[in-house]
Amino acid sequence: MQTKTQQVNKYYLRTKRMFLGMQGTDGLLYKLLIYGLLVGIGFVYLYPLLYMGVYSFKSLDDLLNPLVNWIPTQFYTGNYEQANKVLNFFSTLMETLYVTVLPALAQTAVAAVVGYGLARFEFRGKKIMFVLVLATFIIPPQVTLIPRYIFFNELNILGSLSAFLLPATFGQGLNSAIFILIFYQFFRAVPKALEEAAQLDGAGHFRIFFTIALPMALPAIIISFLFSFVWYWNETYLAAIYFGDALTTLPLQLQKFVATYQQMFPAEMGVSGGNQLNEGIKMAGTVLSILPLLIVYFITQRWFVEGVDRSGITGE
Amino acid sequence: MKRLGNNRNLTGLLFVSPWIIGFLVFTAFPLLYSLFLSFQEVKITTDGIKTNFVSFGNYEYAFSVDGTFVDRVLKYLEEMVISVPIIIVFSLIIALLLNQKIKFRGLFRTIFFLPVIIASGPVIKELIDQGITTIPSIEQYAIYQALNDNPDGFFNGILLYLIKNLIVILWYSGVQILIFLAALQKMDKQIFEAAKIDGASNWEFFWKITLPSLTPMIIVNLIYTIVTYSVFSLNPIIEHIQKNMFKVDTGYGYASALSWIYFLIIAAALAIAVGVMTVKRKKKYT
Repeated sequence: MQTKTQQVNKYYLRTKRMFLGMQGTDGLLYKLLIYGLLVGIGFVYLYPLLYMGVYSFKSLDDLLNPLVNWIPTQFYTGNYEQANKVLNFFSTLMETLYVTVLPALAQTAVAAVVGYGLARFEFRGKKIMFVLVLATFIIPPQVTLIPRYIFFNELNILGSLSAFLLPATFGQGLNSAIFILIFYQFFRAVPKALEEAAQLDGAGHFRIFFTIALPMALPAIIISFLFSFVWYWNETYLAAIYFGDALTTLPLQLQKFVATYQQMFPAEMGVSGGNQLNEGIKMAGTVLSILPLLIVYFITQRWFVEGVDRSGITGE
Repeated sequence: MKRLGNNRNLTGLLFVSPWIIGFLVFTAFPLLYSLFLSFQEVKITTDGIKTNFVSFGNYEYAFSVDGTFVDRVLKYLEEMVISVPIIIVFSLIIALLLNQKIKFRGLFRTIFFLPVIIASGPVIKELIDQGITTIPSIEQYAIYQALNDNPDGFFNGILLYLIKNLIVILWYSGVQILIFLAALQKMDKQIFEAAKIDGASNWEFFWKITLPSLTPMIIVNLIYTIVTYSVFSLNPIIEHIQKNMFKVDTGYGYASALSWIYFLIIAAALAIAVGVMTVKRKKKYT
């Protein structure tokens, strides 16, 4: 009788150890909980993307068929063909790249220079300037929008890239403060001895900056360029106002998707189906408008994710 | 030696000079000019802009005549009070999960950071329009129906808002997750070992060591969240400002006043949020 209780006890302990683990973090239950949470939340994150992807391949029949839920009955690309026409995909893509890559480059370059100046030099008013840099992050773009609009109008650069490029070149682009901060943190960590050694060899400040500091800051440059690129890409509010009809981007085209569609394919009276805009076409348009960013992201996601830890955005 | 110091001073200024010029031209001056405009009635004529001083007229109009503005501000504040703590808590939880020794960590990080890449106004609007931002098939559950039948109560309203916008709220937390994750990885492992020897449980460890040392990052994330949440292009207040900017009867002057009111509200929200966090922190150490 006693041996049986002992045996039960032993089994109980063993299973307990298996489920709860020795220290509370390596048990099966704990692992199950962690992975369960991660997979569950991960699904919620991916759900809109999956939905978009699936619906963009659904033909009209599949859309109307309540039995077809996640897997379309046929591989239907008609939605993409129409969305491609409505978005005018390739030429819009080129234009989008034009208005995002150049400001992103300018923004990164200036953030590097200013960050270096703040990190390695002492000058009067530096503390005030630092506070002002941070303050520019808090000021909503709407406050400065109208005067800038009037100003750009007078300079006659509305509807041209300069409306984005000019503020970026002078460190007042989208979220410039964050990038200056990244470079500031980064350059502060560069050992002073390196600079002194170069100075003994007769290098000036600018040479030190270009030949020593800048190459070392490659992770910061990559992260800052990637983020500026994405943020400029996604900026539709300022783009719509500054560019008007002269320049367009994929997100802007997506915004006008329904209107453009109806203009291109006017619904015929009394005829239903056929030319009508459906969910599948809209989803195909949405997928197309984020596809280039997704591709960039999957190629560069290592830098995106690791860059923030490494470049010290969080401070030391 | 003094000359050298001066020289260094000048070089430093030279490095930051682009920013100084930019700040004066593109931020400081526009800021003051929009403040000036907010007290004016602005008319666009063929010879340029004509202004007519109206004192606080625009501001009064915003609060007395323009009902939609006040409504939208109140709704924005309500939503912010609900969403911001959720975003912060949620991103902290995910960062803690990702900080464990788990397989496929890279993959999970990639997924959780994905929304940052595609979070543009039109894309999110398209998703909201299609109803993809609610929890899948939530409508079938009894809780949702019970809430939907009775949406007036305070808590019911909050819950309903949460259910309807959960995915959007979660999508706002990409950068915040990374900031927390970076801070967690920089934490000293020795503290953990010391606490373990003293017999601290994981639970105690989290509340007594991890969380207090994360306070600065919580403040950073609070600021970041409030700012990005406020300037997001789908924000109804921003839509309203933009609409008024191109309206004939209201125009630049009124839109400037609106954006200044909005700016002050954001600044106040930030001050309160940061203030609460720092007061709490000080209490703990005294």
